[in-house]
Amino acid sequence: MTEQKHTLNTNKWIDNYADYLYNYTISRVSNSDLAKDLVQDTFFAGLKSAKNFQGKASERTWLVSILKRKIIDYYRKINSKKGQAEVRMSFYDDGENEGSWLEERVPQSWDNASEKKIENEELKNQLESCIQKLPEKYAIVFRMKNVEEFETEEICKELGITSSNLWVIIHRARTQLRKCMEDNWFNN
Amino acid sequence: MFKRLKLTCDEATTICDKNQYGEASIREIIKLKIHFIRCKICAIYTKHNIILTNFYKGYSQRCKEVKHCMSVEEKEALKIALEQNKE
Repeated sequence: MTEQKHTLNTNKWIDNYADYLYNYTISRVSNSDLAKDLVQDTFFAGLKSAKNFQGKASERTWLVSILKRKIIDYYRKINSKKGQAEVRMSFYDDGENEGSWLEERVPQSWDNASEKKIENEELKNQLESCIQKLPEKYAIVFRMKNVEEFETEEICKELGITSSNLWVIIHRARTQLRKCMEDNWFNN
Repeated sequence: MFKRLKLTCDEATTICDKNQYGEASIREIIKLKIHFIRCKICAIYTKHNIILTNFYKGYSQRCKEVKHCMSVEEKEALKIALEQNKE
């Protein structure tokens, strides 16, 4: 029995998959230049390992799996650079008040009309600006959970973190976002 | 027994966040409700959190409507780079 040979049509990669991969990446790294670099690296890596393509999945799925590795590598890189420098925003760290609210972080009362403003374009821009102020790692996890609506397990698998890590990141991201929205939206 | 049901505000707000995605366990939700009896601040935090979750859902919806594309020039440059890489 002869072994079937699977070939990739590399000449059509850019036309067929560049936009898809770019769109996939930008929602995860929230930086267009970086997203373009990651897409380019994915094509290069695909070219290099083209001989390993077994045809078990489609070309696109195969390229996405390479891209996922690139995104995880990037995430791990920023994780090791910035991960240790973050501080808890809302709670006392030690002493008898450990785990309680700091006075200056106590939630302020919000205008009741705030719920009616959800569809506002200005609100979307404010949220975007607050998300951009988050540490990169938090922003990635927050986007994956809230925008892409990934399952917890899937995010943990993709980013190589435990579920308790994920919930701590989500909690910190939401706490910082709440403070940012309070300062820039609700109290304005 | 009561000690086991006790939460710090830190733990309570983490559970509250988890609950926004429907991923808090029943045990955690019960502990959270008990915590609210003695902590009004966390109750306010939860109220705010529900409002914010609605904001995030609206934001997510709008983000999905936007499709990002690479420009023609960027794609051409990428094609050249890929060709050079083949050699």
